Amino acid sequence: MTELTHIRNFSIVAHIDHGKSTLADRLIQDTNTVADRDMKEQLLDSMDIERERGITIKANTVRLDYTADNGEHYVLNLIDTPGHVDFAYEVSRSMRAVEGSLLVVDSTQGVEAQTLANVYQAIDADHEIVPVLNKIDLPASDVDRVAEQIEDVIGIDASGAIQVSAKTGVGIHEVLESIVHHLPAPTGNPDAPLKAMLVDSWYDAYLGVIVLVRIMDGHLKKGDRIKFLSNGTTHHVDRIGVFRPAMQNIDVLGPGEIGFLTASIKQVRDTRVGDTITHEKKGTEDALPGFKPAQPVVFCGLFPVDSAEFEDLRDAIEKLALNDASFSYEMETSAALGFGFRCGFLGLLHLEVIRDRIEREYNIDLITTAPSVIYHIYMKDGEMIELHNPADMPDLSKVDHLEEPRIKATILVPDDYLGDVLKLCQDRRGIQLDLTYAGSRAMVVYDLPLNEVVFDFYDRLKSVTKGYASFDYQMTGYREDNLVKMQVLVNDEPVDALSTMVHRDRAEMRGRAMCEKLKDLIPRHMFKIPIQAAIGGKVIARETLSALRKDVTAKCYGGDATRKRKLLDKQKAGKKKMRQFGKVDIPQEAFISALKMDS
Amino acid sequence: MAEDWQNGGFGLYVHWPYCEAKCPYCDFNSHVARWIDHDRWTSAYKAEIARVRDEIGPRLLNSIYIGGGTPSLMQPETVATVIEAATTAWTPANDIEITLEANPGSVERARFAAFAEAGVNRVSMGIQALNDPDLHKLGRIHGRDDALRAFDIARDVFDRVSFDLIYARQDQSKAAWEDELSEALSMAVDHLSLYQLTIESGTAFGDRHARGGLKGLPDEDLSADMFEATQATCAAHGFPAYEVSNHAKPGAESRHNGIYWRYGDYAGIGPGAHGRITRDGTRYATVEPKSPAKWLDAASSGRSMRSTDALTMQEQADEMMLMGMRLYSGVSVSRFASLSPDPLELTKVRGLVDDGLLILDKDRIAATPAGMQVLNHILRRLLAR
Repeated sequence: MTELTHIRNFSIVAHIDHGKSTLADRLIQDTNTVADRDMKEQLLDSMDIERERGITIKANTVRLDYTADNGEHYVLNLIDTPGHVDFAYEVSRSMRAVEGSLLVVDSTQGVEAQTLANVYQAIDADHEIVPVLNKIDLPASDVDRVAEQIEDVIGIDASGAIQVSAKTGVGIHEVLESIVHHLPAPTGNPDAPLKAMLVDSWYDAYLGVIVLVRIMDGHLKKGDRIKFLSNGTTHHVDRIGVFRPAMQNIDVLGPGEIGFLTASIKQVRDTRVGDTITHEKKGTEDALPGFKPAQPVVFCGLFPVDSAEFEDLRDAIEKLALNDASFSYEMETSAALGFGFRCGFLGLLHLEVIRDRIEREYNIDLITTAPSVIYHIYMKDGEMIELHNPADMPDLSKVDHLEEPRIKATILVPDDYLGDVLKLCQDRRGIQLDLTYAGSRAMVVYDLPLNEVVFDFYDRLKSVTKGYASFDYQMTGYREDNLVKMQVLVNDEPVDALSTMVHRDRAEMRGRAMCEKLKDLIPRHMFKIPIQAAIGGKVIARETLSALRKDVTAKCYGGDATRKRKLLDKQKAGKKKMRQFGKVDIPQEAFISALKMDS
Repeated sequence: MAEDWQNGGFGLYVHWPYCEAKCPYCDFNSHVARWIDHDRWTSAYKAEIARVRDEIGPRLLNSIYIGGGTPSLMQPETVATVIEAATTAWTPANDIEITLEANPGSVERARFAAFAEAGVNRVSMGIQALNDPDLHKLGRIHGRDDALRAFDIARDVFDRVSFDLIYARQDQSKAAWEDELSEALSMAVDHLSLYQLTIESGTAFGDRHARGGLKGLPDEDLSADMFEATQATCAAHGFPAYEVSNHAKPGAESRHNGIYWRYGDYAGIGPGAHGRITRDGTRYATVEPKSPAKWLDAASSGRSMRSTDALTMQEQADEMMLMGMRLYSGVSVSRFASLSPDPLELTKVRGLVDDGLLILDKDRIAATPAGMQVLNHILRRLLAR
């Protein structure tokens, strides 16, 4: 256990490729945390893979022992969190577990959008921020310009920025000294009842669920009986320790310290990020502020391309859900797609991560249907139904009105791109709430329907601002609007997996865009294929995919057999990724790609 | 069960890799060389034939095909040696077909008599177009008059003469092609190969096309119309199509290419040559090294650099279909079933029959004329599971 005055907890905020991993490696090396002979390049990178594989963002952490120039011994805890709006909540919790941040900026590149989103999280968490200009060994390095940019864009004092080359090791010592002298020590009451924040958790095949905690008050010891305040569950702590970066068991964690516990917990679902952990007896009743249980906001259907793989899909989804509290699922049947699952996610990135994991790790080809939010349908008899799937839309004659979820979106963007951002928000049915300037950066606040945002809003935002916008949102509630279910008919057959809820005023435009997209996505067949969008029985958009007239190889002789066969094998593999609807083969990617809007 | 290669017979393919000039549309293994050691090539071919004979044993030889490149630039002595070696190594069939590909240049046509003397009984001439502007656009170094003169000599000298034309060229109208085709049919002896221009990557045309050049190529509708017109015109003149791009008077079909399409056995020698050889119940795909210099060194020193892969039953079944369905005579369903682990899906076959693309007649399936236009689609449908 370390005295509070000799603990420093910090995170590193950096854009990808700005040298975060290398800097972390140098800090580990310079503090002799890992013996030189065990030092492999980019220690935290092995954790990056872990992070990619662990659906929610895993806060990696390492404890460094450092003897400062003043002769005092310090414990430095680094928590490493990447950021994405889907996981904004998780990142915000990690930020609350530390008191300061190193803001690492590549001195050859300058501040990037991803840096901004995270640095504002750090500012929100009242962090002390130490700017670090990296890659000063490169000829293109321009520390003055980048320091000025940090002051202009982020608005923090960069006069004391430390110039380093994580590659050569220049400036690393100054970084360590600065952590000790510029970042505040944590506060906490050692005599108060145990209060610890659950920063993150993940499943380990040998130890069960590993819980990363920051002790706020009191002490946590091996053998303690602990309680999670959110759900009241109690557990017997069978191990506590710290990461250096390998796991090392210790006896006790005190206030200000960061470490892990295991308590024979079987499911990650039971351990919610941001929860408060205390002792079962004589614990605190006072939960840490800001906790919210994960709530899926985006829903879509996942179906196996090969219906024979349904059981494999079930198995994969159940296993993934064990390790991810924010992911929900229930069985779904579709007239067109057969058996599958309706799944809920934190956002589109989360959706894509889960889908990719099922495809890659479980080798199941998937059809992903149009993402949807939860609509509230008020029936004429007064009943309210939550609609997760447009295909389940009840008979309109019985519906009184519909409500959709709205969000408050905050976007920070350089002046030059403001016009494009305003247009994007307006196109997505947004209502402007606020527009203010900080230097050459604008902050726009919009009230937006969630269904206009869940799908490709973030991609579009990045695209129109060349990556220089940062974006965050929070749910604000439900509001009535004129929403309708739009169906898509391919070769006159409705494809329920392509049904979406749209605003009536935008239905024609969306319908046209979808039909045009599908025309490009569906391969030509031997017959003409009409592609239509319809509301109720009324067709609002139509495209026709012309019939294939000619597809034959002019020359094929003895020397061509091998090449043609290999080409066929490729086509066979492509064919496996198609699903047949009536007489029409639709490629699996069509279900998502058809919804992407180019403007 | 071993595939009965005798369904298709046995032939020898000999590749001559040199040309006077490289044509911009050509993606064959052809090279332009300043100096060629003809004696060394002659010995190398002879040695390779002997070596392949040792490997595969005695066979009835149905055909020899000397392709390229421009084999009409070979010295007649080389051709004579190849034919002599092959017909000594294997027993020649009574009706053996010995084809040589020829270009209509003056050097080449002067050698026609000597090639016939060497044993060549069929030439396949690369005429490609019957008007000078189009020949020029196709990058050919001969003109219309050269072509006609060479063709006249060939007709006198060889029993069987075929020639190639390329159509669906830049800025070619359907009417212009029909006129040209009528002239071709009026001169044709017994066989014609009519290829739609295909832009292959890795060729000069491919590069130009990728850069946005090579304007005026027909769109899909026009090229489909041209294909249909070609089939109809040729049939009306007694040269029905027997394969996608090949037309012949009945009985005059290319026997050598028939071995490929009926998926028989063929030995391939010369740079980049492919073979399909059945030995001890296993069918092998062989490929010779592509570079002329490497092949020549290897063949001359007796160290073969050929790669040999055993084909699975599925691969054989697929190849049999890919090749065989190009013929209007189609393929045998039971032969496919004897090779493929999965039989053809009857519902798919019926669906294609209902769409007018396929004929199912007892044990035989074949593309209809409409089906031939979209043969790749049919094959994907039948073979993708």
